[in-house]
Amino acid sequence: MSLDRRDFLKLTAAGVVIAAFPGCATTSGELVRKKGQRVVIVGGGFGGATAAKYLRLWGGDKLDVVLIERNAQFISCPMSNTVLGGTRTIKDLTRSYDTLKSKYGINLIQGEVTAVDTEQQKVMLAQGHISYDRLIIAPGVDFMFDQIEGLSAAIADESIPHAWKAGAQTVLLRKQLEAMPNGGVCAISIPKAPYRCPPGPYERACQVASYLKNNKPKSKVLILDANPDVTSKKGLFMAAWKELYPGMVEYRANAAVIQVNAAAKTAKTEFEDVKADVLNIIPPMKAGAVADMAGVVNVDKRWCSVDFLSYESKAHKNVHVIGDAISAALPKSGYTATSEAKICVAAVIELLQGQAPDQGPTIANTCYSMMSDTEAAHVAHMYRYDPEKKIMVASPSGGVSAKRSDVEGAMASYWLENILTDVLM
Amino acid sequence: MKMIKQKMLVIACTAGLALTMVSAHAEVDKRARNLTASCAACHGTNGISSGGMPVLAGLDKVYFVTQMKDFKSGARPATVMHHHVGGYTEEEFGKMAEYFAAQKR
Repeated sequence: MSLDRRDFLKLTAAGVVIAAFPGCATTSGELVRKKGQRVVIVGGGFGGATAAKYLRLWGGDKLDVVLIERNAQFISCPMSNTVLGGTRTIKDLTRSYDTLKSKYGINLIQGEVTAVDTEQQKVMLAQGHISYDRLIIAPGVDFMFDQIEGLSAAIADESIPHAWKAGAQTVLLRKQLEAMPNGGVCAISIPKAPYRCPPGPYERACQVASYLKNNKPKSKVLILDANPDVTSKKGLFMAAWKELYPGMVEYRANAAVIQVNAAAKTAKTEFEDVKADVLNIIPPMKAGAVADMAGVVNVDKRWCSVDFLSYESKAHKNVHVIGDAISAALPKSGYTATSEAKICVAAVIELLQGQAPDQGPTIANTCYSMMSDTEAAHVAHMYRYDPEKKIMVASPSGGVSAKRSDVEGAMASYWLENILTDVLM
Repeated sequence: MKMIKQKMLVIACTAGLALTMVSAHAEVDKRARNLTASCAACHGTNGISSGGMPVLAGLDKVYFVTQMKDFKSGARPATVMHHHVGGYTEEEFGKMAEYFAAQKR
């Protein structure tokens, strides 16, 4: 490969423009001048950040990789329930995107996507647009506040946090627990499956109960579950509630919250009105808004269907979707998102070269739940692509821990450090 | 001097050959790379664990395959691994073993 003088000048000019005026639009409105085949990733959570890093690891230096993320920092949702229990702070779960930029040469743009033009293959931001050859959307979930009367994004930020994205609302919920009287009630409402992190709400009940047991032992945790039963690790959670927090955790099945009153601190289900000192309403979820902008939401007006060999959307060519936003028989977990990202990236690299993707993708997923300050239990499954059904199918070897243990509590911490390193470092 | 030049030529040729072999090898091993990618959440990128969980990078191939087979049969008790290995074939264990063995710790 040789560069002629004009090419060299172009490259230099682009380099200078980017270095001198990061985020400044060129005359064409293209935010960052394209340097060869470009993959744009929208969303820098577990899936999106992994996609960025592995595009560089597996795709080499030639690939132009742009990651668009609205937040300045990465905050891990996995293990964020321990902020409520008190064994971690939100700072412990916060990481920088700097290494993706410095070590992997990812062009990181902090901004909000306003539209996606799948015809022109452009992602629009307030400050300009970014063209792509392939687009990977990793939008996570958005909340369907309109499904619960009296609830809104603003009320969630102010007084009834869902805390289902780690950050300010996690800290708010912890503060509300700290301000709660001894003898108070914390109500946690769980939406109907599918939702992000199936065991998460039950882990949260453990962590809230753990804090209350140590600080306000007359208090109660009331679980209002829209599902007919505990959706994950049922036996393990029931045992933890009974043995570790006797008389403190009350579980109600088929109890979807349909209305809240923020001022009165009440939640209404089909059967009863519940008054609580702390209301933690986790609303129903759908694919993050960027998926809608790209026109790839095509399952129940909520989720995105994809080809499991490439994670290419079934609605639009050259647009891939990974993570919680897809419709799949896979758990909506951070771990799964990273595995989907790797399958997607491997396929994108092949497809850009006119090659076929790997025809036999596999995924391993382990989810630990912290049931006390020190004890955890896991659910683990291995999934393999079924060429006839064209979906990912779980191996019958999967399953849950025989019992919760300190050993698994330690493993959960090791897992967190390893996955954060795999995603961001 | 002539001797040194010859030696350098030999080294250069060998290095060139080695590079070609590595890249050819990498082509063949994409399947192995993809198979092992999902292990990274617990065992680190390319099996280089950042602590706590076992490092898989640089493990002897025979040792790796034996452990996987023993997890699968139950001969080696596991906390989590038995749930995963049951889904993979022996041929896949071999591919993963080769990939991890080639990774530098």
